[in-house]
This record gives sequence, structure tokens and C-alpha cells, in this order.
Amino acid sequence: MKLTVNGVPRSFEAPPLKRLLDVLREDLGLTGTKEGCGEGECGACSVLIDGELVNSCLVAVCQADGCSVLTVEGVARNGDLAPVQKCFLDRGGAQCGICTPGMIVAAHRFLECGLPATNENVREAIAGNLCRCTGYAKIVEAIQLAAGQRS
Amino acid sequence: MKHIELEQQGAVGRSPPRKDGADKVTGRARYLDDLNFPGQLWGRTVRSHVAHGRIREIVWDAAFDWTDVVRVTAADIPGENVVHLIEDDQPMLAADVVRHREEPIALLACADREKLEEALAHVRVEIEELEPVLDPLRSTVVFKSYRIEQAPQGLAQAFADARVIEGTYRVGHQEQMYIEPQAVAAIPREDGGITIYGSMQCPFYVHRALQRLLRLDDSQVAVIQVVTGGGFGGKEDYPSVISGHAALLARKARRPVKMIYKREEDVAATTKRHPAVMKYRTAVEADGTLVALEAEIVMDGGAYVTLSPVVASRGVLHAGGAYRWRHARIDCRVVQTHTPPNGAFRGFGVPQTMFAIESHMERVAVALGIDPLELRRKNALQIGDELPTGQKLTSSVSAREVLDVVAARSDYARKRKEYGRSVGEKRRGIGISLAFHGAGFTGTGEVKLKPRAGVELTDRGARVLSVSTDIGQGTITVFSQMAADALGLALDDVEVAENDTSKMPDSGPTVASRTTMVVGGTITRAAAAMARILQGYVAQVHDVPAAEVSCAGGIFSARGRALAPFAAIAKRYLQERGSLRIIENYRHPPEIRFDDATYRGDAYPCYGWAATAVEVEVDLDTYEISLLDVSTATDVGRAIHPVLAEGQVEGGTVQALGYALLEEHVWDQRGRLLNTRMQNYVIPTALDVPRMHTTLLENPYPSGPYGAKGLGELPMDGPAPAVVGAVLHATGKLIPEIPLSPDRVMRAVLS
Repeated sequence: MKLTVNGVPRSFEAPPLKRLLDVLREDLGLTGTKEGCGEGECGACSVLIDGELVNSCLVAVCQADGCSVLTVEGVARNGDLAPVQKCFLDRGGAQCGICTPGMIVAAHRFLECGLPATNENVREAIAGNLCRCTGYAKIVEAIQLAAGQRS
Repeated sequence: MKHIELEQQGAVGRSPPRKDGADKVTGRARYLDDLNFPGQLWGRTVRSHVAHGRIREIVWDAAFDWTDVVRVTAADIPGENVVHLIEDDQPMLAADVVRHREEPIALLACADREKLEEALAHVRVEIEELEPVLDPLRSTVVFKSYRIEQAPQGLAQAFADARVIEGTYRVGHQEQMYIEPQAVAAIPREDGGITIYGSMQCPFYVHRALQRLLRLDDSQVAVIQVVTGGGFGGKEDYPSVISGHAALLARKARRPVKMIYKREEDVAATTKRHPAVMKYRTAVEADGTLVALEAEIVMDGGAYVTLSPVVASRGVLHAGGAYRWRHARIDCRVVQTHTPPNGAFRGFGVPQTMFAIESHMERVAVALGIDPLELRRKNALQIGDELPTGQKLTSSVSAREVLDVVAARSDYARKRKEYGRSVGEKRRGIGISLAFHGAGFTGTGEVKLKPRAGVELTDRGARVLSVSTDIGQGTITVFSQMAADALGLALDDVEVAENDTSKMPDSGPTVASRTTMVVGGTITRAAAAMARILQGYVAQVHDVPAAEVSCAGGIFSARGRALAPFAAIAKRYLQERGSLRIIENYRHPPEIRFDDATYRGDAYPCYGWAATAVEVEVDLDTYEISLLDVSTATDVGRAIHPVLAEGQVEGGTVQALGYALLEEHVWDQRGRLLNTRMQNYVIPTALDVPRMHTTLLENPYPSGPYGAKGLGELPMDGPAPAVVGAVLHATGKLIPEIPLSPDRVMRAVLS
């Protein structure tokens, strides 16, 4: 099977129904993507497949064969934190951190889509990602700050 | 008191990026599930399927190939079959009687996870079912009871003379729902000992539980906390259970065993917030002066004692709210039911009793025709007032201030007037609540625990030594800030040692809003002691008076002249003298005294204070409640790291809003929890909560480090009754039970 993961072509053997989440974590060693519930509710396993935000615990790897996958490890560029990651640090967007990789991927997708970063739009963009620590306030602030820096 | 100022010297009071932040935003942080151990097996738990019964037999399917599956039952336990905590009544594996439906009975381990799941389906436990007790009001097994009295001889007269107002308030279970489930790995050692890596709050709880379970001496156990994906109390005592299980499997297998609960198993089997039924009866004068309080509180402890005595204790100590009463009698009992043991969850008994007293204040306000904010202001505790334990408040009291700040911030007066006139299908309302929360362990807890923590010199700065865990709240960063300032170091030159029970001093569990105040204070003293030693050393080396040596920004100087960088001094000191390690004992303020037998005295050295204003819109077609605005004002003593402190307030507030509006467990009549998934036990998403207005106030606690007092739990206490007040304002109905789900709102509005 073939995937382009964070811009790098990877080929590997895996049962076709193996969860993409497990392929990323076990076969490709990308443990940044987390499992919180295994049923598509929490969003800790969020990744982008060809630019679309998905819960990788609900995707069989065969469904992604030949696609391009972005995980949290691919958000930073050349070893430098991406602006959205820096904003999460500055604004306290991460506490325990277990939802953070999924949040960062969802935030990255939102920032790429170009919608105005209103409170409502940002909250909509991360509505599939549960966080039990922050109450979302600082995450929303961080994403809005990152959006402000882009424009 | 002052609001947070931006320009300050040193690290304390600033908000640098959290030290573990870069790892967390890049996915580099390694949680337990990200660690693998050579030769590891995976572990699973065989549980009861009835809430109460007698185990007859464990039947292992003879047709199944068990050769590569490790099996453990109670018979394999080398030490005592207990989960060591306050009382040792909970077995690590049930051997005869089961007392809740998820009770562990046997354990399995296998290298192949698919085969492990198959194996689980080939074990059957035959249990003779007994009748379960599920209603706490019908339980006859009392784990612990308390009575607090203040001038009780005047109670009868007070109730005879003043207006009597009564109400009963109910809250159900609440699930912590940390996003990372319970997770540990156990590694057997050649010396017969065991090493645990795990997601947890209290490494020494696990350490001591393993000693009892496996009959090991202190040196044969090491418990290491790894990056932990949330706890909120849910990883206070439960990690002792799952660690015990993994350790039993690992000892038998002689291989590492990793156990990570599936979400449904985690929700079904692990601890939750105690449900409570709380009857309040108050005597109140016509002008709104509170005179006398009688309360009877019953908490549901679940199947085993675990932490219930201390949860109930903290609950009853806060049951009078942040108000002065001339007379009080508060009774509380926590009882057994055949449900999984309830345990620690942020707030620890206080969200329950604060819900009752604050909802009751709404009832009093309606009965007397007084604005609920005015009623609270009038009776709010002030310096010199006494709590029902007789504790006289002498410093750092901000009840009125937080109310005033939140009233202004939320535009309470205008909205109160405006929304009171609203008609139509969508009704708006605003409610306000006042809460307080004792910081640190209750009563003599800290004195008995004798927590220890410290610092050691490194070749560039200092390393903080404790077992206080960072579970997201920011311990690593906050400890570093406090030590950095005490030593005159840059924040980057302070690190925090790995949390390992075989190497670190026992600073106690990471609970009870005690970490910053109690342990942070101890670390700050240790760092100050180290600073004095190094000043003396610099004075000797540079031949200047020690009293004139100081360190700031990582440079030692005297009389305005720079002498040497800290790192150079540290290297030289370590070369000459080997090491410098300072461990201090926590120093309890001597004037803080409590009598555990009579429950009189100073239950806590100080209190945090918080007010919450919540604005709602109630849809009278669907009975849904939308949150329009939430404002909080919180006195934290001193915000060591304002952004992290705000994060505690906002996160706790949203957990409390979930408690108020969404979160409810549903049980069947045989003690089975029906909603064990995130799909059917719903916690708030980003769309369920509005933008929040967070104000931190700093009214310093004189004995706290830099003036800081406990914060973590306080934000959980007040928001739920503020929602009740807002819904009352919107609909005219006081709903004395949460969550305020549409069906509950409908029944109230139509009644």
C-alpha cells in the first residue's frame, strides 16, 4: 500500500482494514496522532486525507491508499514550529496535550481554508475535537491569533 | 488587592510558554500508549457482569488454546488482595463477593491483541446474583458520617423566630472524561520488584499499593509518571487498580505488560463524582440576613470506601457556602451502593454542596423578594467572620470583591432588569453564584502527610525535585518559575526532574488544589536555602561579604559589580563539593489548627473565592438552554502564571457547565451503566460554550509562595448553580436538580 505522509511517499504492507490510526502509529512510527475513544467522537486522531479533516480511527487504510495524509508531525516546517503551533504556546492552547495534535491539524485545516476567523467559524472548525482541559477559550484565541498573523 | 499587572520582574507573574508545550504542539510528547517495551504483552480485565453476587466459578473454555495467554486470578496475588488507600476494603481482584458490575475478577495477557480479545470471550464467570442496593437513601451501610455545629443551642429558637425556607437539591454522577484513558505498563525486575510507567496523578499511591499487593519492600518498586492526558481526579486513586493488575500479569508472565482501557471500559469501570441528595432548611430574617442553617447531605460512595470519607468531609466543610451563619448544624453521610466506587473529581464534594447552598440562595431570594446578588453581597463572608467550624477568617477573603467584579463585567444589573420583562418563546435570564474553596488538604492532612520537596544544583542552574505531577495544569512550568525567582535564574536554566518514586522525595499526591501552594511553597523555600548557600560560596571565592552577594538574571553580583555567571559558580561548586541537593519539609502555619474529632477549627489554611455570572436563553418550544455569556472573577492569591491560571478557570468552568447542562449517567435497575461512550455521555464541544470573560484577582495569602493559594478545583464549584439562577430568572422556575436537560426543564416549566 502507498501513502504520501507529510509529503514523503511511504509504501508498506498492512491488512486493508487496519485503521489508518494504527498504520500511522505502529507501521510508520508517527505517534503524534492519538487515540481517545476509537469511535470518531473525540477527534484526538484527526488527520487530513487529501486536505479533508477525518478521524483516522474510522478510516480503513485501504480507503486512503494512494492519498496524501497530513499528521501533526507534518505541520511544523523544517523543524520550526508553524505559526499556529507558536500561537498555541503563547496563548495556552495546550494543557494536558492529548487533544492538541488533533486540534493543531483541525486548526491548520481551518487556516488553510481562508474563512474569516470569527468566533463562530473557529468554534465550528474545532467542534469535532473534544478538549476537557481548556474550555476551548485559549484554543480559539490561539487560532484567531494565527489567522491575524496570516492576513 | 490588585488586578494582574503586566510589567513585573522575574518569572513569577509572567506567562512564558509552558515548558512541555513545544513537545505537545508537535506531537513529540510521549504518552503511555506511545511507549513500547521489548517483549511486551497486552493486558485485559475479566469483570463481573452483575452488580452484587457470589462468585461460584471461573470457567475457562477448554476448547480454547490458552498456551500463549497469561491468566491471573486472586489466587496469584503474593501479598494482600487489597487496593491500598484509606480503608483496605477493596480487593484488587474479587475472589468471593462482587459488589459492582465492573468488578475485576481475573486478568489476561497476550502478545497478540486480537487473540487477547478472543480469549476474553472464552472466560465465563458464574455468579450467584444477590439483590443490589442502588438507592443511597435506602443504603444501610454508612462509610463515614460527619456533623458540624456552630452555636447549636440557639438553632431551635432561630427557626422559631425567623422565616423558614426549605429545599432539597440533587446531583448525579459526573464522569471525568479525560481524553487519554487509564494507561500503565508494568515491567518485572530481576530483583523480584516491579517498575510502573503510567498516566497518573499520585505516583506514591501506586507505589504503596504495589508494596502491599506484591509484598515488596520500598526499594523494589519504582513508579514513574509519564506525560498524562488529563486526570481531574480520575487518575488520583484508580491508577493503583490498573497498575496492580498490570503488575500481577507482568510478574506471572515475566514480561512487560501494557494495559490501556478502551473508552467504554474506562467510563463503565472507573471512578466518578459522587451523586448527592441534599436537604437544606434555613432561618432567614425579612431583610435577607441569614441566621441559621440545618442541612442533611447524603452522598453515594459506590461499592467501596476508596476516597469517600475525604470527599464527604470536604463537601460538608463547604456546605454553608461563602456566607456567615449564626447557628448551623450540618450532617453528612456517605453510603455504600452496588455501583463502581465513586472517587475524586475536581472539586471533591464541593460542587455538590455548593450547588445546594447556591441554589438554595436563589430560593431564599425569591421567597424574600430580594435580588439574589444583593442577598449574596449582604451575607458574604468577610475578614473577622466565622465559618461553621468556628474558623475565624483573618486574611485573603474576597467574597464581595469577586461578586462586584463579576456583576460589573457581566452587566448584571441592566440584564437583570431587562430580561425580567422578556416574553415569547425565547426567554433570557442571568444568574450569579458565589463559591469558595479551601486550598490544600483538609484539617491536619498536610501535617500528617509531611510532604517533602526540593531542588538540586545542575551545571547550568537547578532541578526541581518532587513527585507532584503535571497533568496539564502546568506544574512543571509553575515550579520552574518559582524556583527560578528564588535563585535569580532565567527560567530556561531550571528543569524539573522526572517523576520517579525511587528517586524523588514524596511531595504528596497531586490533588486538593495543593500543588502550587503547598509543594510550590516548599520548593521555593528549598530554592531560597540553596541561594543562601551559593551566596556564601561566591562570597568565599570572590572575597566579598556574603550579605552583599545576590543573583539576578543568572549573574552573581555584589555592590553592583558582576562577579560570575551562575553556571560558572555551579560548575565549580559541583567540581569541588560533588553535589548540592536541598529537600525541605512543608511548614504548616502554626496558627492553623483543626480538631479531627470535633470538626472544629481551621479546616483549611486559606480559601480561594470565585463568582460566576451566566446568561442563558431558554427555548420554550424545545426546552433547550443556550449559553449566551459567561463571566468569572477568581481570587487566586497570586497568579504565578496568569495564562495557565486563566486556563484553569476556563477549563474548570466548562466542566462545570457540562455538569449543569449536559452530563448525566443513566443506569438500569440492575446497576449497569448504560451510557459508556462519548456518543451518549456528552461533554461540551467548542460550540456548546460561549466566549468567556475571565478576571483574575490577587488577594495574597501571606503564607503562600509569592502570595499564591490553591486554584485548580475552585472553578468547578460555582457555575452550575449560576445556570440554575439564570434559568430561574428566564422561566420563573427553580430547578433543584442537574443537569438541566430539556426534559427536566420541560417538566419544571409545565408544572
